[in-house]
Amino acid sequence: MRGMRHFLIGLALLALVPVLAQAAPAASVTTVHIRDYAYKPPALTIHTGDTVRFINDDNDAHTVTSTDGLFDSKGLDTNGVWEHTFAKAGTYHYFCELHPYMKGTIIVKDPTP
Amino acid sequence: MRRNDFLSHVAWTGSGIAYALSGAGIFSGRALADAAATTQFVQISDSHIGFHQPANPDVSATLKASVDAINAMPVQPKFVVHTGDITHLSTQAQFDDARAILSQLRAPLIALPGEHDVLGDDFKTYRTNFGIEDAEDGGWASWDDAGVHYIALLNVFNFEKMGLMGNDQLAWLKKDLQSQYQQTPIVVFTHVPLYALYPQWGWTTQDGASALAMLSGFDHVTILNGHIHQIVTHVEGNIHFASATATAYPQPQPGTAPNPGPLTLPHDQLLHAIGYRTVRLDTGTAAIEQHPLG
Repeated sequence: MRGMRHFLIGLALLALVPVLAQAAPAASVTTVHIRDYAYKPPALTIHTGDTVRFINDDNDAHTVTSTDGLFDSKGLDTNGVWEHTFAKAGTYHYFCELHPYMKGTIIVKDPTP
Repeated sequence: MRRNDFLSHVAWTGSGIAYALSGAGIFSGRALADAAATTQFVQISDSHIGFHQPANPDVSATLKASVDAINAMPVQPKFVVHTGDITHLSTQAQFDDARAILSQLRAPLIALPGEHDVLGDDFKTYRTNFGIEDAEDGGWASWDDAGVHYIALLNVFNFEKMGLMGNDQLAWLKKDLQSQYQQTPIVVFTHVPLYALYPQWGWTTQDGASALAMLSGFDHVTILNGHIHQIVTHVEGNIHFASATATAYPQPQPGTAPNPGPLTLPHDQLLHAIGYRTVRLDTGTAAIEQHPLG
C-alpha cells in the first residue's frame, strides 16, 4: 500500500515538472561592476532565482555586504568576482565594509505569471 | 627641556625630519638630538600585506625595511605599536606573512586592527594572530609605562557606521580615565581618526566626540591613528592628533581626488611618503619624528 502511494506521488510530481519549467523563465546572471568606488548600477531589479555577479574593477579592495547580514562577499581584491543568487523576493540593501559610503540595492521580484 | 619645546609640526609629505618648535617658534636642534637618545615608542601603520597593485607592488618589502630600520635603532623603543590594516583582506595567509615580518621586531609589538583586518569574521582571525595582550573582552586595552597612560581603542566596529567605538567601549573608557590624574600624559592609539577629519571618505569616528569629551579634561593628550596613509595634525584644546603614514602606500590628501584609493607615485617618491615614526613624551606632549623609507 505504502509503496503504491509513493509511486502515485512520484507520478504526480513528474507530471508537474514540465509545468514548472514553463512557468519559471531561465534564471539569468546580471553583472554589477564596482568601479571608481561605486556599484554600477547602484540599483538593479531582477527576478527570484537570478544571480548577480559583482566584479571589482578598482585598484583597491571592496566588499558586497548586506545591511541585514544576509550575504557578504568578504574582501574582494582587484579583479575579484563574487556571485550571489537571490532566491526570495524582496529589497536587498548592501554596502562596502571598507568604504561604507558605497551603497547599492537589489530589488528581487517574483516572475509575473 | 620644557614642555613648550615639544610642539611638533610635520608636513604632509613627511619630509624626513621632525620640526621641533620651541614656544617662540624657533627650531630646536637639541630637541632632535635628545629625541634620538630617549625614544619611547615607535608607530607603524597600514601595512596592507597582500596588496599587490602599482601603488606598491611589494608591501612586504617596505614593511620589512621599516622593521629592519627600527631594529637598527641604537636604543630600542619600549614598544612598537601598529595602528591597523596589518593585512589587506584579513586572510590567514596574509596574517601569516605579516607575522613572519613583524615577529622579527626586537621590541614588543602592540597591534590594533583596522577594517581591512576584520573582514567577514568579526575579529576572529585578527585576534588569533595579533590580539593585544591583557586586552578587555572587546579587544581594547590600557596600560601604564614610565608615568604615561596608554590606551588602545578599537573603532572599526559596525562597518556601516565606520568608525564606531560602541557604548561598551565608551563606558570602559570613562571608567579607565576616572583613575587617572589630570596631569598624567595620555596617549591614545586608534585606527580610524577619532575626529571628523574627512567624513566624506569615512575618515571619522561616529561616536568619537564622546571619547574626546572624556579626554578633554586632561592636560596632555596625544591621539595617534592610521587609516588615512598620510600625516595630518590637528589640535583641539589639550588634545593633539597626528595621523601616520603607511608602510604600504600613500593616499590622496582629503578632497584632492575623487576617491581615497591608493596613490601611485614614482618609486623614490613612494619611499619618501611611507615609513615609521618615533615618539617620545617625557614632558607630556608628544614629540614626533618621521622616518620615511627614502
